[in-house]
Amino acid sequence: MIEGFINLGFTLGLLSLGYFVGQTRERRHYANLRSREAHLNHVMAVTLREMPGLSGAHQPILVTGAVCISIDYFKRFAAGLRFLFGGRVAAYETIIDRARREAILRMKEVAYAQGYQAIICVRVETSRIASSRNDGKGTAAMEVVAYGTAVRFTDALSAPQSA
Amino acid sequence: MILVSTETVPGMDITEVFGLVSGSTVRAKHIGRDIAAGFKNIVGGELTGYTELLGESRKEAVSRMMSQAQSLGANAVVNVRFATSSVAAGASELFAYGTAVKVQ
Repeated sequence: MIEGFINLGFTLGLLSLGYFVGQTRERRHYANLRSREAHLNHVMAVTLREMPGLSGAHQPILVTGAVCISIDYFKRFAAGLRFLFGGRVAAYETIIDRARREAILRMKEVAYAQGYQAIICVRVETSRIASSRNDGKGTAAMEVVAYGTAVRFTDALSAPQSA
Repeated sequence: MILVSTETVPGMDITEVFGLVSGSTVRAKHIGRDIAAGFKNIVGGELTGYTELLGESRKEAVSRMMSQAQSLGANAVVNVRFATSSVAAGASELFAYGTAVKVQ
């Protein structure tokens, strides 16, 4: 009986810790993403083989950005409830959105640090990292890798303006 | 060695094709990192230890692919792709592949 209460208290503690700390961290991460995205807005990333309107691409290098991200305890619990009824799992949507944007930003930062202003043929891969325990309760996380080819152009990068 | 994710090397011509080259590595997670990640699982967010580990593994896979290309006499790998898969509980495979070519 007492043991049951202790267990319940422990779970509630983890849930509230996950909720408050997780929410704060998510807000901070989103603010950080927005400011870095605004700063790197001029580094164009496209999934196309070449940049429309620009010719004379040269000095290509492969740039990558990767991030491993984990979901918090509260969200895992909330998603678990959602799995009973089906529908949109918003808890997972934000975590994957954050991971993708972070990976793309890191790729852009690598290119920008070397003086590149355009990345072509961008590919984004998402994978689930193996849980350390077979019952699925171990550490589980997502990995997102963004990679592309950073190129320079002979004519100045001015033709396609990003809105 | 030039690595690109495009089918051609911008600004250069492909003169010879050597075929598919690949490199892979399987890495297991460090127990200490796993415990730290276990705590991170409560509050969520980036698992820095894992990001580093996978970054190192990816470099290893790419360097294996590059040495394979070099042994064929290639000086570039085009259409490079990455794939990650979990082969067993606690281990991830990093795989890089592409087409080895000679460019001028």
